[in-house]
Amino acid sequence: MRLNYPTNIKVVKVPCTGRVDTLLILKTFESGVDGVYLAGCLEGECHFLRGNLRAKKRVQYVKTLLEEVGLGSGRVEMYNMSSAQGQRFAEVAREMAEKIRALGPSPVKKRKL
Amino acid sequence: MIVADRKSLDEILKMLKPYKKVLLLGCNECVTVSATGGEREVGVLASELKLSRAKDGQEIEIREQTLERQCDHEYIDQIRPFVGDYEVVLSMACGAGIQYLAETYKDKTVLPAVNTTFLGVTLEQGVWSERCQGCGECVLHMTGGICPIARCAKSLLNGPCGGSSNGKCEVDKDLECGWQLIIDRLKALNQMEKYEEIIPIKDWRTSRDGGPRKRIREDLKL
Repeated sequence: MRLNYPTNIKVVKVPCTGRVDTLLILKTFESGVDGVYLAGCLEGECHFLRGNLRAKKRVQYVKTLLEEVGLGSGRVEMYNMSSAQGQRFAEVAREMAEKIRALGPSPVKKRKL
Repeated sequence: MIVADRKSLDEILKMLKPYKKVLLLGCNECVTVSATGGEREVGVLASELKLSRAKDGQEIEIREQTLERQCDHEYIDQIRPFVGDYEVVLSMACGAGIQYLAETYKDKTVLPAVNTTFLGVTLEQGVWSERCQGCGECVLHMTGGICPIARCAKSLLNGPCGGSSNGKCEVDKDLECGWQLIIDRLKALNQMEKYEEIIPIKDWRTSRDGGPRKRIREDLKL
């Protein structure tokens, strides 16, 4: 398909979004990233039945934590797409990159923890 | 198990304001099961604190540690070699654990990261509900195994009161009337004769009214 998506997005492969724990997302923010999004399978089509639904709930929980911390809940999102939707993957990547760019850099960035 | 709620980050940050070196202590027992203060929650709180301080450009050093229990001195003693390296101990255990830590390390400031709430059960993953108030004199044999002290908002021993409506309590329309539950259960067990018996006035000295309680088993003492 030779589709482009923003180069400032780093893809971390996990076997299922259900693998993504609350702490994993928080640690990513500790390392100074500006935003995190999860690209899970379409709802109802999880190979492990409920992985993406669990991830969705965890993302909601992390949103409350980030709001509490003061980073804002918008820096983390959950998206769903199938592995055949390359077009959608690129579209979401651009959408999220734009959203984070609008929010500005993470206030945690470049500050030693 | 003992169920607790995490305090808000704001409240914890206020308590920690003067400190830069924090020993964050979780507990592997009840608060782990009620997902308030186990190893995972210690990790999440540590991360939140670090992010919050980093955002404001302030330093914080946190050591994360989770003890098997904080209500037994054998486990509390495990932090003795390094507790002195930290300005403050932030405990995620129940009130008993937090107090025992403070009692053990008299020169240390020990702060609570949770509000201890009740003795309860896990209704389903992520949902806990109160069942016992530790009143010191159990009447469950009289009430079909449902506690009128913990389940009735008024802790009535002979209920229900006039506030019971369609099986719900007047305190909250979603709250089941404890006495309705008791009656339904006694009916199902065919033990309604127990309901006819008047339970006498309770001697609350066995509860908190008699002051802090203590249990001693001489045969077990060393």
